Amino acid sequence: MDYFAQQLINGLVLGSIYGLIAIGYTMVYGIVGMINFAHGDIFMIGGFIALITFLILISFGLTAVPLILLIVLLVSMAITALYGWTVERIAYRPLRHSFRLAPMLSAIGMSFVLTNYSQVAQGARVKPIPPLITGGHTLHESADGFVIQLSNIQIVVVITTVVLLAIFTWLVSRTRLGRDMRACEQDQTMAALLGVDVDRTISMTFVIGAALAAVAGLMYLLYYGLVDFFMGFVAGIKAFTAAVLGGIGSLPGAMLGGLAIGLIETFWSAYFSVEYKDVAAFSILIVVLIFLPTGLLGRPEVEKV
Amino acid sequence: MSGAKILDVNQLTMRFGGIVAVQELSFSAERRKITALIGPNGAGKTTVFNCITGFYKPTGGTIRLAHDDGKVIALERLNDFRIAKQAKVARTFQNIRLFPGMTVLENLMVAQHNMLMRASGLTFLGLIGAPSYRSAEQSAIDLATDWLKRVGLLDRADDAAGNLAYGDQRRLEIARAMCTEPALLCLDEPAAGLNARESAALSELLLSIRGDQGTSILLIEHDMSVVMEISDQIVVMDHGVKIAEGTPREVRDDPKVIAAYLGADEEEAMAVMESGS
Repeated sequence: MDYFAQQLINGLVLGSIYGLIAIGYTMVYGIVGMINFAHGDIFMIGGFIALITFLILISFGLTAVPLILLIVLLVSMAITALYGWTVERIAYRPLRHSFRLAPMLSAIGMSFVLTNYSQVAQGARVKPIPPLITGGHTLHESADGFVIQLSNIQIVVVITTVVLLAIFTWLVSRTRLGRDMRACEQDQTMAALLGVDVDRTISMTFVIGAALAAVAGLMYLLYYGLVDFFMGFVAGIKAFTAAVLGGIGSLPGAMLGGLAIGLIETFWSAYFSVEYKDVAAFSILIVVLIFLPTGLLGRPEVEKV
Repeated sequence: MSGAKILDVNQLTMRFGGIVAVQELSFSAERRKITALIGPNGAGKTTVFNCITGFYKPTGGTIRLAHDDGKVIALERLNDFRIAKQAKVARTFQNIRLFPGMTVLENLMVAQHNMLMRASGLTFLGLIGAPSYRSAEQSAIDLATDWLKRVGLLDRADDAAGNLAYGDQRRLEIARAMCTEPALLCLDEPAAGLNARESAALSELLLSIRGDQGTSILLIEHDMSVVMEISDQIVVMDHGVKIAEGTPREVRDDPKVIAAYLGADEEEAMAVMESGS
């Protein structure tokens, strides 16, 4: 039971990171109907920018951890958002009125560009950082000596995710920008006729998705203590799977799918074999899609962006 | 172009490959008046609308819109969101194009995008909830509420627009177009699919829009009871050219108009003639 509880904690933390990335996939799919295959690499870029900002701050002799984290968070969100905006502007917008597959192929190309650009610019080796947030709490200690640990970094990841999700939900459901995004998602022509600048709204969607991916990148860096140029690929595929599992186009679905994938992976690794954790995650995706082709929450009337 | 005219279409031509949909069409719409564009199916009416609202780039000719302040806008050069933003032209479609997944109120709020966009200082003031933005948001809600009262949908404000009855959706579309505060309102068959009682209510709504808001209306309509009752001026098209123009009475008695309708569709010709008796 204790072992189960520990794995549940681990799975929720991993799932939070997947969920943050999955939101980017599902938002973009909702508004322009394409899978942004470069989104995983945007997440990787976010991790690298967080790392670089961190090193710069350290070299200036900054030691206050909360301040460092805040600055790193804001800087990586801002710069990664700029990457997201640029990718949309140069790789997708010119192809918006082209045939349906063109932006998707362009996205795959963009993914390679970002991966290789990072490899050239930052090197192929794994970049570690010393643990910034240390310590933790012992929740429960059983008679046989097994300890349920909740580390501080796990608390930070979950709290950050919940807060961001709340802000994001508010943004989409209550603000002018969110209304415009939903309007564009349902009928771009009509939205434009009512004066909504569709191109700008789509850009903002990419910017917000990239900023959330940057947060996921930072969380990943803090949690695992390393980044590398290839981490966007697997994480991207997992998050995409999470978005499909939850019902692509549905925002709560993306978060739910992320948590589901995180939990499946963690429990499979804990009780069966680590090597086959991806097989487990994708197999469950297939089973779910057979019985629920639109995913867990992907009903047509679900509000999506 | 005189001050009384809001819209001046001059020698408008639209070709699709070898097909001429509109040929050298000239007409004008007067300010604070209802101008109807009628004609048999396939006459090119919707094509004219699509040229006016930037969907098509005309093969030839000019479309000029004059605002109250004397500013003249070349509509054939604008497209996309600028039609609503700069030209202040709003339109509806033959088929209903509400945002079905958004609430009735939200549909009207999206239409006030430009006003809110200015107030939100390109998003950021809005995100931090600045007081100026809040008051703008409140006035947007007030305007939306006014329109919901006028079209009788106030009690449905928080329902999804897609769940409204057909006639209600039609009225909501007009309310939404009016929330953009247009100078010219283009309605493509607003009475299509409405029963007699609903079209009477529609006529009343359009007359009140002209009277109270002073909005100029350009109307495509097949329901002759609506057209003859509310139009100040009627332009009749057939096969892409204008065949008649005038007041409802003049048009009704015009032999060319009757011939066009007879040639196209007996039922519609009867409708034109009966509305005259």
